[in-house]
Formats: sequence, structure tokens, C-alpha cells
Amino acid sequence: MSTNETIKNGRKPLKGLPDRIRDRWAGASGPQRWTVYVLLFIGALLLPSDSIGQFMSPYSDWASVLFFPIGTYVVLAIGLNVVVGQAGLLDLGYVAFFAIGGYVMALLGTKMGLNFWEILIVGVLLSALSGIVLGGPTLRLRGDYLAIVTLGFGEIVRQTAENTDAIGGPRGIAGIPHPPSIEGVELFGVEIFKYGVLDPRPYYYLLVVLATLIIVFVKRWEKSRVGRAWAAIREDEDAAEVMGVPTFKFKLLAFAIGAAIGGAMGVVWAGKTISINPNDFLFMLSATILAAVVLGGSGNIPGVVLGAFLVAWLPERFRGLSDYRILVFGAALVALMVFRPEGLLPSRRRRAELAEGTGGMGTLGAEVATPESQPAAEGAAK
Amino acid sequence: MLDNLLGSFWSFTIDGLIVGAIYGLVALGYTMVYGVLRLINFAHSEVFMIGTMAAAFVVMTMGITQPLTGLALVGGLLLMLLVGGAASAGSAMLLERIAYRPLRKRGASRLAALISAIGASLFLQELFALVVIPWLFDRPQQGRNQMGVARIMDKDPLFTIGGAQVRVDQLIIFVAAIAMMILLDLLVNKTKIGRGIRATSQDPETAVLMGVDIDKIVRVTFLVGGLMAGLAGALFVLQFEVTKFSIGFLLGIKAFTAAVLGGIGNLRGALLGGLFLGLIENYGAAVFGSGWKDVIAFTVLILVLMFRPTGILGESLQQARA
Amino acid sequence: MRPKIARLGGVLAVGVALTVGLAACGSGDSGTASGGDGSAAPSTLKIGFMGDLSGENSGIVIPPSNGAQLAVDEYNATNPKVKIEMIKYDSRADATTAVSLAQKAIKDDKVVAMVGPAFSGESKQAVPVLEEGKIPNISASATNADLSKNGWKFWHRVVPNDGVQGPAVADFIAGTAGAKKVAVVDDKSEYGKGLGDAVRAQLKSKGVTMIDDALDPAAADYSSTVTKVAAAKPDALFFGGYYAAAGKLLKQLRDKGVTAKFFSADGSLDKGLVEGAGAAQAEGALIACPCRIPTEGETDETVKKFATDYKAKFGADPLIYATEGYDAMTAFTKAIAGGATTTDAINEAIGKSDFQGISKQVKFDPTGEPSAKSIYIYQVKDGKIGLLGDSATAKLG
Repeated sequence: MSTNETIKNGRKPLKGLPDRIRDRWAGASGPQRWTVYVLLFIGALLLPSDSIGQFMSPYSDWASVLFFPIGTYVVLAIGLNVVVGQAGLLDLGYVAFFAIGGYVMALLGTKMGLNFWEILIVGVLLSALSGIVLGGPTLRLRGDYLAIVTLGFGEIVRQTAENTDAIGGPRGIAGIPHPPSIEGVELFGVEIFKYGVLDPRPYYYLLVVLATLIIVFVKRWEKSRVGRAWAAIREDEDAAEVMGVPTFKFKLLAFAIGAAIGGAMGVVWAGKTISINPNDFLFMLSATILAAVVLGGSGNIPGVVLGAFLVAWLPERFRGLSDYRILVFGAALVALMVFRPEGLLPSRRRRAELAEGTGGMGTLGAEVATPESQPAAEGAAK
Repeated sequence: MLDNLLGSFWSFTIDGLIVGAIYGLVALGYTMVYGVLRLINFAHSEVFMIGTMAAAFVVMTMGITQPLTGLALVGGLLLMLLVGGAASAGSAMLLERIAYRPLRKRGASRLAALISAIGASLFLQELFALVVIPWLFDRPQQGRNQMGVARIMDKDPLFTIGGAQVRVDQLIIFVAAIAMMILLDLLVNKTKIGRGIRATSQDPETAVLMGVDIDKIVRVTFLVGGLMAGLAGALFVLQFEVTKFSIGFLLGIKAFTAAVLGGIGNLRGALLGGLFLGLIENYGAAVFGSGWKDVIAFTVLILVLMFRPTGILGESLQQARA
Repeated sequence: MRPKIARLGGVLAVGVALTVGLAACGSGDSGTASGGDGSAAPSTLKIGFMGDLSGENSGIVIPPSNGAQLAVDEYNATNPKVKIEMIKYDSRADATTAVSLAQKAIKDDKVVAMVGPAFSGESKQAVPVLEEGKIPNISASATNADLSKNGWKFWHRVVPNDGVQGPAVADFIAGTAGAKKVAVVDDKSEYGKGLGDAVRAQLKSKGVTMIDDALDPAAADYSSTVTKVAAAKPDALFFGGYYAAAGKLLKQLRDKGVTAKFFSADGSLDKGLVEGAGAAQAEGALIACPCRIPTEGETDETVKKFATDYKAKFGADPLIYATEGYDAMTAFTKAIAGGATTTDAINEAIGKSDFQGISKQVKFDPTGEPSAKSIYIYQVKDGKIGLLGDSATAKLG
């Protein structure tokens, strides 16, 4: 009993600070918010500086790390968050859409000679379409069946690419063109529109702009009728259906939007990376992005961005531990979920849902503890 | 294409059933945990891996240079199964204690539990690659390499079906898997603890009110699921004579697929799903080439679920009677 | 409320200002640093070694990195004017990591040359970066045939490519081994599939009947492949892939009673093949390699001396690509000893290099390919892998 209380009391100050910031944010006026947005955007643009990099990434080039994995994970996590965090659909094969975007860029770029910007549009449309094609027949399935179906879809996409010689088979596709450069535009000594091989910063800036646009769109949707429908589906699908929400249509929309974001990231990533092959799209990537979403606080964009940043950055930062970093990463995932199952920065609504015990995804079965087992279990290992 | 399948039909069938039996045994663990906790226990594949490691360790410790025969062979096999089963059952329970129970007590979302499971899976794989294998098998710096395991028995053909040979080891695996299934089915359907498991999977709150000790039920569920995975691991070592820190990954995904195919939460469905998946994979590989094996497996999964959204036999433990 | 927000804004503004300031400082620093070197003659030059040093396939990258290290140590022991420091870059065979490591090597460490990247996949992405940074690089183990078709000026390798290895193995299978019907299986990897296709093409041109299949290296059960092969009863089987899968495949073939001669290539040249298949099942298996590995019965004096020195230093036998790693680094040490200190000069010097290395005569053609194109055949005998001879002249015992 006593341990129970100390845990609860000990947690209060921790919970306090984010709450206070959130209150303040809720009361902030438009111009104040915009100031913060602009400052954040500028901050993101300034990130790839060497002085930050020396601390952030002593083992590999910081600006490259910012593009991949950090930036890439952030965008993918925002996309997956639409599906998992907002609509409450468990997707274990999100990497498939990233792969489709990547292959669209590689194929259209090398075979048809289209330009990056044209391909970006085609890639987004095609991956959205693939989301609909996958979702159409399978979204009527309940939670965990959907999980394994999406996992299967991810593997189908990867292995089909591996087995199809026409798209390079296991060799993948090399010689993917970069986005067209505009020479001579310099800012702080960086040619910001020169998409070459050596300097990753222009790609990073492109990524920041893409991420910003995506965040704006996703935020808009979240606050619209669509977002409310998603929340209703997430909390209780049957009830939502009864209340007249066309749940299937909205689930499909979430899938398509998530897929489009994944595809857009795939196109941008392939536009930098010169060559891609099926092994770039392993299941582990899906699992890692999902971990980022849940770790950060699924449903809350700042949380998801933070989660993705940590998941991508920590293993890079601690490259010095070499072999042990994945071990530590695995243990950290378990520890974080045990001590903060709602994620680092959950949205309030999400936290309320979790406290109620529905939590969108539903709780574990057998969650009801017997009266005598409760204190014993809370008191950690005896 | 098709003549390849028809030409060696029985051979593809036998091999498919053997792999399917192993899928089925591992699938039991997924299905039982899912039935009780509604959790995809992603780290179950590592529980299986630990079983293979324990069995490989037994073979290494016995210092086998020649394949065994007679009583020595029976003893050796039993020891492999026993140690493999015990190691896996123990690690499954430990996993539950550390990675899942605290979450359960807090009423955390299943998504959080899934991430915890993925984390535990990564941790266990790396732990074996970096620490356990180098130390236990005396292989410094080689924790990530595949390990060969000495041959414990001669793999002689026993009889033929339609021109395809059936080897002794294959028969042992198949019979053992079916026997385990029947025992487990009896446990769940005929004993008191089995009744507790069924009650909990049906309605945990009522089960508590009826005096079921849920923590105990969960422990038993992980114990039994882990035991099955360990036995599967020992049989796997007997059949393929290799293991590796990452050996559980692909097999785990397949076993989970098998569990869903049969109807997740349904014990008989798990075995049926395993055998079905093993056969489909092999027939598909015969027709389209072995490179398409996994694509075929997952495509069939999607097709089956489109027409039977809760798997072939439908879900939940209490329906296992039907 | 209001003043608090103002304070918050203030904190943020200060934060941003600091970041900007730091950024400015940072760029200033690097500016002076890059201005500093270049003019004065350096006393130490850095050469990188890039490859999978801790991952799944590190078994075939650690030997060449040791070989390269040995070459550097021997060079520094001669007390030259310009010493060499070798920096290891562990890419874990991941192309993205290789790219960012290459960028770091160029920008921060300022290497003048690079041995590696070790594998073909990472080379495809990291070499363009080295190319743009004008860093001469020699791979000791990347064998993909397409690499030399990119027009890279700073790239070289000291092993013949799969386009040489594949046909040489195929010729050996169809010629010396006299096989009329051959099964070709690959592991769907970039390397295995590329090599398998090269073998397929050459066998086809020789009019050999073929059976075709692929397998997943991560799986354990290859029964569908084995059954297919068993039904066709070929004289020989070629597997394109790494030793782990090769061992499992070989064992399952023999257990099913398939007696066809088993062939594989450099990816399978590891004692793990024998261990995975079991000594009895592996007996007689043939493995081709563009590499030259010192074996117990070595007769060549320079190779023998290399093996002794290597063992004395690293406490292990020189395994696959150890001699090639040594030769690649030696090309650089010779260039630097000849007075080349800038990347352009080093590149020009190695382009002209022509010396007897441990593995072969080291000489590059204009695309960066080695001029010597010998493929060696190794065979498993009594559970050990031994050299049978050059594929053009070796005889099956």
C-alpha cells in the first residue's frame, strides 16, 4: 500500500510541468502561437550546424543523420500516427508505403526520366491508392487481424520487389536522379537548392518543409469533422457506427492519408539515396516507427515527433556502445512502456481514454487484478 | 510449374506437414496468450529461440561425435525436450513478470504492451548474440553466426508414401507435435486450471468474481505456451541441426500467421493453421518457385481472412470444445 | 498569464539566438581548420577502412581490415617521412550508414584514401560520396560486376568481379566437372542473385540443362528447393549465397539422398559451411573464390611469410580477403612512399601501380578493375577447406 502511494506522489511534479505548459498553450493567442511556430521552424532549419552536431552525433555526419534516420523517422511517424494514433488502427506493415514511394521514385526517375517534383505527386497518389487497395478488403477486420494482415502486406511488397527482375530484384535500382538543383542560392554558406551527393543539408531543408506541410495538413484534419470521426472510431467503433459515422469510409481515409505520407517520404528519401533495394524496407522499420509513435504518445503530434527523434537519434548518438546499443534500445523500450505506458507526451484526450481503460486500442485482457494481488504486484519484485 | 508439384506431390506434402507441425506448436503459445490477454506476444519468437539454444547446449554438452542409437538416443532426445521446454517455459514466465505484468496492472493499452513485447524481443536477441552465445557455447566474437549442432541420430528413411521417403526424425517430430496438442487440449478442457483459463479468456471480470486467481492463470498460460515453444525448439534442432540468435524471427511471424489462420485464441485452430500454412507454402513453392514462399503464405492469409474474418475455426479458447 | 507567455517567448528567443551564435562559431571553426591544412606538408596521413566490422557478415571483413592494418604497420615501421594512420569505419553493411560515415571521413577526419567499402551494396551509395570528395578508394571484397560501369575515377578493387567469377565457375562445372544438368539456386540477395545469374548465363551458353530456384537465407527449411532438385537428378548444383544458407542447403540435400556435386562461391568460403552442413555432408563440396587464402600446404614464400606475420600479430589464420586487404593498403602505402600526399596525386599514383602483391599482380585498368583475373577453387576435405588450384587448371581428384 505504502509503495503505491509514494509512486503516485512521486509522479506528481513530473506530470505537473507538461500540464502547465499545455494550459498556457491552450490560452495563448494566435500571434503568440505563430511566433512559436516560426521559431520552431527556424530552429529546425538551424539544427544541422556543426557545433550542435559535435555533441549530437560524434560518430557520423550530423547533417546526414538529420535526414536519415531522424527526419525520415519523424515524417513516417507522423504518417503512421494518423493511422494508429488518430484512427486507432494497428498497422504493422507501414514500411510498405514507404517502399512504394521509394520504388515509384526510382522507377519513374530512371526509366521514364520524370522530374522529382512530378514524381512526388505521382508517388503520393500511387501510395494513397495502394493504401486503399490494401484497406478496401481488409479494414472490416478487427484490430489484431488487421495487424497481421498489414504485416503480411509489408512482407508481400518487399518480397515481390525482391523476386521481380523487372524492377531489379534483390539488386534494386541504382542511379536514381536527385531533385533538380537551382545553383547559386546561398544561405549561411549553404547552397540550399543544390541537390548533390556530398552535402545532405539541402535535402534536410526539403524534408523540413515537407514535414511542416504534413503537420499543417494533419493538424487541420484532426480538428475537422474527419478528426472527430476518427476519435469516435478509436474510442468505440460500434457506437460510432450507430451514431451515423460511416466508419469504413473514415478508416479507409485514414489509411489512404497515412499511406500518402509514407509514400511522399519514400519519394524524397529515394531522391537523395541514389540506389534502393528491397532490404531497405524490412519489417524492423515498421516496428521501429510504431515504437516511435507509441513511445512519444500516440495521437499527439509533438509527442510523436519527440518519440521518432529519440528512436532515431539515440542509437546514432550511442554508436560508441557499438554492439550494445540495440540491446540497450530494447531494454529502454520495455522500461519506458512499463513506467510510462501512455508515452512521453500523450495528448490529454488520449490520456483520458487510457485512464478510462479503453485507450483506443483497448486494454489487455485479464487486466482486473484480484484485491490481494494488487499491492503485491505494485510493490515491484519481492 | 504444376508438373513439379504433381511429380513430387507426396514429398512436398510430408515436408510441409513437418514444418507445419513446428509452426503449430509455436502458434499455440501465441494463441493461448492472445486468448487470455488479448496481446500479440511478439517476444514469443525469442522464447522459441531460447528453446533451440537450450537443446543445442544439451547436444554440445553430451559431446556427441557419433549418432546415438537405442536407449542412449531415447534418453538424449528426452533430455533435449526437457531442457528446451524448461528453458523456454522459464523465460516465458520471466518475460511475463518483467515486460507485461506491470503494464497489465496499470491498465495500459495493448499497443503499449505490443511495444514492450517488441522491445523485449530485440533485447533478448541481442542478449544472446552478445553475451549468452559467446559464453555458453564458448564462441567469443561469433554470437551472430549460425551454429551447427552435431547430429544426434541417423536420419534413415523409415517407409515411403507414394514414392516419398519418411525419415525417423520426421516421424518423431510429427507424432510428438500431435501428442503435445492432445495433451494440451485435455489440460484446457478437462482440468480445473483449464477451466480457469477458459473462464478468463471469456470474461475476466466475471472470472475474478467467481474466485479465479487471474495472476496465476496468466502465469500458467505463459508457462504452457513457453513449454510448447521450447519443445518446438528442441524438435527444430533435431530436424535442422542449426540455430542462431535470430532464428525465431521468421518462424515466429509464420507461427503467428498460423495462429491467425486457424482463428487466434483457438487451440485446435493453431495446429490446424500450422499444418495448413506448412502445406500451402510448400505447394506454392513447388508451383511458383521457392522464392515466392512467404508471399504465398501471406497472400493466402489475406484471402482466408477476407472470407472468414476470424480464421478457419473461429476464435477464442472456450470454443475449442466445438 | 500574459507576462508568463512573454517570458516563455523570451526564453525561446534567447535559445534561438544562442543556437544561431553557436552555429556561426561552428562554421567559423571549421573554416579556419580547413584553411589550416593543405599548404604545409603533413607528417601523418589518414586512410580509412570501411566495412561491416561488427555485423552479420563481419567474418569476411575483419580479415581484410587486419590485412590492411598489417600493411600500415609494416609501412610505419620503415620510419617514413609521412606516416599513415588507419581509421576504421564500421558500416555494418548498411548503405545509409556507409554514406554518413563516408561524409564524416571526408569532412571531419579528412582521410586521403579509403580501403573499402567492403560490400557491393554499400559501395553503390558510398562511392559516389567518395567520388565527389575525390577520395581514392580500393575495395578488397566488393565483387558486383556493375560497380566498374559507373565511370568512377577514384574507385578501384583488387578482386576480379562476379562477371569473371561466375563464368569461371560455370566453365569449371561444365568443363572440368563434366556436368550436363545443373541446378542453380540463389539466396535472393544482391550478391547471390547476381552471381547466380552470371553462372546461369554461362551454363546456358554451354548448352547445359538447368533447374532454377531461390531460397530465403533466413529460413531453415529448404525442403521445397531440395525436393525440386531431387526430382530433377542433376549432376551438379551451384548455390549463390552466403555460408549459413549454403550449409543448411547442403545438409538437407544430402539427407534427401541428392549426391550431385555441390558448388558455391566466395560468400560460402567459411568454415561455417562445414559446421552448418556437418563434416560428412560437406565432404567434397567445391567453393570458388577470386581470393587467395594461404592454406596449410602453402608453397609460395611471400604468401607464407604474410601468413606467419599475420598470425603473429592477430593470433588467427589469415582468412578470406586478408591478402586482398593487405594488397589494397599496400597500393596506398607505395603511392605515399612515392611522394604523393594529396588525394589527386595518390589517385594518380595507384592508377599507375604495378607490383607483385600477396594475392596477385596489383595493376588496375582504367575503370578500376584489377588486371589479374584468376579464380581459385577450394574443396572441403576431411572437414577442412583446402586450395585445389586455379579454376583454369585445377583437376578434380
